[in-house]
Amino acid sequence: MDFTFSEDQLLFQDSVRGFLVNEITPERLRAGWDTDTGRDPALWQQLAEMGLTGLTVPEEHGGLGMDAVDFVLLAQECGYVALPEPLVNHALVAVPLLQDLGGELAAHWLPLAASGEARVIVALEQNLLAEDAHVADLLLLERGGEWFALTQGQFSCEHSESVDPGRRLFTVTVQAGATPVATGAAAAALRAASLNRGALGCAAQALGLAQRMIDLSVQYTAERKQFGKPIGSFQAVKHHMANVAVRLEYAKAPVHRAAFEVAENAAGASLAVAQAKLMACEAANLAAKNSIQVHGAMGYTWEVDLHIFMKKAWALANTWGDAGWHKQQVATAIFADGAALGAGATFQ
Amino acid sequence: MQLAFTEQQQAFRQEIREWLAANAPAEPLKTFDTEEGFQQHREWEAVLNHGRWGMVTWPEALGGRGCDLIEWLIFEEEYYRARAPLRVNQNGIFLLGPTLMEYGTEEQKARFLPAMAEGRDVWAQGWSEPGAGSDMAAIRSTAHLQGDKYIINGQKTWSTRAVWADWLFGMFRTDPGSERHRGLTFILVPLNTPGITVRPIPQLDGLPGFAEIFFDNVEVDVSNRLGDDGAGWAVAMATAGFERGLMLRSPARFQETARRLVELYRENEATASQDPHIREAVIRAYLDAESYCLSTYQTACRLSQGGKIGAESSTNKIFWSELDQNMHATAMSILGARAELLPHAPAAKGVGSWLDGWLFSQSGPIYAGTNEIQRNIIAERMLGMPR
Repeated sequence: MDFTFSEDQLLFQDSVRGFLVNEITPERLRAGWDTDTGRDPALWQQLAEMGLTGLTVPEEHGGLGMDAVDFVLLAQECGYVALPEPLVNHALVAVPLLQDLGGELAAHWLPLAASGEARVIVALEQNLLAEDAHVADLLLLERGGEWFALTQGQFSCEHSESVDPGRRLFTVTVQAGATPVATGAAAAALRAASLNRGALGCAAQALGLAQRMIDLSVQYTAERKQFGKPIGSFQAVKHHMANVAVRLEYAKAPVHRAAFEVAENAAGASLAVAQAKLMACEAANLAAKNSIQVHGAMGYTWEVDLHIFMKKAWALANTWGDAGWHKQQVATAIFADGAALGAGATFQ
Repeated sequence: MQLAFTEQQQAFRQEIREWLAANAPAEPLKTFDTEEGFQQHREWEAVLNHGRWGMVTWPEALGGRGCDLIEWLIFEEEYYRARAPLRVNQNGIFLLGPTLMEYGTEEQKARFLPAMAEGRDVWAQGWSEPGAGSDMAAIRSTAHLQGDKYIINGQKTWSTRAVWADWLFGMFRTDPGSERHRGLTFILVPLNTPGITVRPIPQLDGLPGFAEIFFDNVEVDVSNRLGDDGAGWAVAMATAGFERGLMLRSPARFQETARRLVELYRENEATASQDPHIREAVIRAYLDAESYCLSTYQTACRLSQGGKIGAESSTNKIFWSELDQNMHATAMSILGARAELLPHAPAAKGVGSWLDGWLFSQSGPIYAGTNEIQRNIIAERMLGMPR
């Protein structure tokens, strides 16, 4: 039993955090909202140079050969800065799916994914819309129980605007004549695995988003004075933030456990992921609710940065399986005859 | 990261499982808030100690097994799975014991620890006073050093299991001119000393689960002082650390409640499912109990690799106490009209111990530092918000 991250994993998290916090400032995020694609090829290049685009690509295809446990801490940091580039989808969902699809498709695209020359994006039918399809060099699309591997020109996109100006969502229309790369039971298994990975990515980012909202709120309430004192010294304000800290603290281990289960392709991965996403997105939603409250009217403005993180948290809670879907996963598991519950059942 | 138990850990689990199957009482003991039940629980502590299962984290020389925190969690899982009796001496073995090992002299360890482990000495805690609850530094009971004796005067209250306990560990003001947390001293007091009056206080269930204690010129030998004169605050704080908290409220307890709640829901699904909130609450109970377990294992692993516990440990008390309250509230909702019935009431068939648990869960957010105090600590020490 070793429920810890290695020194290397923690050091890598530190260096990625340092890079992201320096580079992905709220000013840069705002500037990106007004561009055509909302995405920044120079930034993607920087992520590639740090090894992040190839992190999960096997070494024989030019990557670092790491897994979901290695990536989960980095996904938290992506959440902390509300990274708009599709790194989490690419590295945590698309690259493992390409490996599972195998064959020439994988042999061709994995090296390009590793170097960052290609952005590979997964879109599930359950998600309604495809995130970042407009910048996908390869779109792995699940539809009607089949998987398609599409390059630009083989599909068209219609943009549906999100409340989060950092998100880019599309209705995808596939050109006639596309042939599926996976069908039947194989396709269903890939769908389930991809959903787990996508939901894990949301959960990890939600942890980072919640932490960012706490940090912004702590900073704001230390500066803002009323009745001659920083409002952060009032218990009513403190307790709002303490409540968030409690929920966030107990959402972390479930996310890390889910990463382990996903990396191991364990039978319990879906349940672990459902727990992780429910706990983490609930923490992030509470962080949003209490943070806007302690920001007062400033929190309701476009100008103050809080909304950047709040809106992303709201969006992630309802994609890659909304709360109802994941609760149903939990319910199916715990209300089953012979379900392994209670003391001593957690790690079996 | 490797989330599986080692063979050694599995063997340890098997060993305690088999021992409990052979030795744990077949019928539940009477509650230790009665004289008879208290005696039964004291005897059970002796049985546990005889099997070297009394306090597995203690060193072997003291009748323990030198277990690490992971093995402690495994022990607790098996203990709660087996529905073995609650620990009547938990204030002693979980709180004072480790503090004695840290601050006690060799003479004190030899004098107090074996008797504590065997259940011969059951301990009560004497911290709260009528004027010192959340504000513990407002303690006013005094201990005046005269020669080699402390002369104690004052009053302690809300002292759990003090009605039949043998000893009390408490904090007393030894420097009359001192204020707040300075000038306090940690003293161990035999409850049969002349000048002590223990007045039982009935709890919500009508049983005398705690007591107030009056000290009228009570003489205690100076050798009963733990740590230095005036250094009581630091000693007392050590009894409130993470590992002690883990001893007191390990995840197994709440996971078993969550498991029983799932069972209760399934048994009563026809009526319980009429309120959609109940199903949601059962799912949440499972999620939170699991999360508490996962988080505890993660922290225990980090500590056993030399990591340091931080201010985030103060989230623990709020999380488990609210979880416990929520789970029992849900059980009450499922039981509906039967929920209010006492377990022995003729019409109460099948309500089990939920009502007792519900009553007890009301105390969780209050004792060991109210949740409001915990929230202040989290905001100020963990988040760095201004005082």
